[in-house]
Amino acid sequence: MGIEQKLGNMGVVTTTLETVVNWSRTNAMWPMLFGLACCAIEMMAAQASHFDMSRFGMELMRASPRQSDLMIVAGRLSRKMAPALRLLYDQMPEPKWVIAMGDCASCSGVFNNYALVQGVDEIVPVDVYVAGCPPRPEALIHGVVTLYEKVKGQKFVEQVKA
Amino acid sequence: MDKKLEPIIQALQENFSITFEEFRGETHVFLEAETIIAALTLLRDKYDFELLSALSAIDFLPQTSPRYHVIYQLTSLARNLALQLRVPLADGEPHIPTATGVYEVANWRERELRDMFGIIPDGHPDLRILLLPEGWEDKHPLRRDFPLGYEEVQFTFNVDEINLRKPYAKE
Repeated sequence: MGIEQKLGNMGVVTTTLETVVNWSRTNAMWPMLFGLACCAIEMMAAQASHFDMSRFGMELMRASPRQSDLMIVAGRLSRKMAPALRLLYDQMPEPKWVIAMGDCASCSGVFNNYALVQGVDEIVPVDVYVAGCPPRPEALIHGVVTLYEKVKGQKFVEQVKA
Repeated sequence: MDKKLEPIIQALQENFSITFEEFRGETHVFLEAETIIAALTLLRDKYDFELLSALSAIDFLPQTSPRYHVIYQLTSLARNLALQLRVPLADGEPHIPTATGVYEVANWRERELRDMFGIIPDGHPDLRILLLPEGWEDKHPLRRDFPLGYEEVQFTFNVDEINLRKPYAKE
């Protein structure tokens, strides 16, 4: 359904502010570059022309946390890297979301050892987990669309944080 | 044994109390921690072992005496030779004298040795942590008694119970 049908002859559309804001957020969500390992290769493929993630409003990967809404943690996170990841997450402006891409980011995958964080959900709150080792670009895009569904259902009241 | 190595082993035998063994054509020389610096100096100055190509250790737990072998892998580019020196160390608080005075490259190698095995190089000029995260000064992950992982493996019957005590980030 296009906007023309909603407008009718009046040139007016009625909706709620929440819907409009959430709709605009999902259509311009800029992810932050956080490629840590081989998942980053699939993330690059998802951005490139064959899969073209910009169809979903992700034209730009930002190198700066100040300009990004979404952190895609793509790869295994070492204990030494963990403070840096948390620092970058804290520097992102609200509202912000996190996708744990791949098994390593979700639960450390095959690496159960002293050197790696056993899932980035120990460090930052994760919204969507994408399974796979590494996940195919379709899987990442599916994760992103799942996140969009979550964002579209968000209420303003829940977003106000103490 | 390589013919060219024989006079070198002889010279070591005359100067220090050593034993040696051969394994697949490589020669391992065992000596005491007190004599290692003198032996390295002799090998570098007289026998052209100009390169310390590796310095590491092995933990032989449950064997405790000796528990560790500190390994110095020497290479002579001029004579095309390789020689391995080993220092056995007992359990407890293992110490070795630093080799930084003989080979500059031993600086980082010995810091890694302290990180990973807790073997203290005495007299090291800059004994900061090298590879591990901050605050791991007393954790030595390559020791055999260090736990392999810290994550409990979740199965269908205990997944909820483990989820309850997992440290998830809330904010």
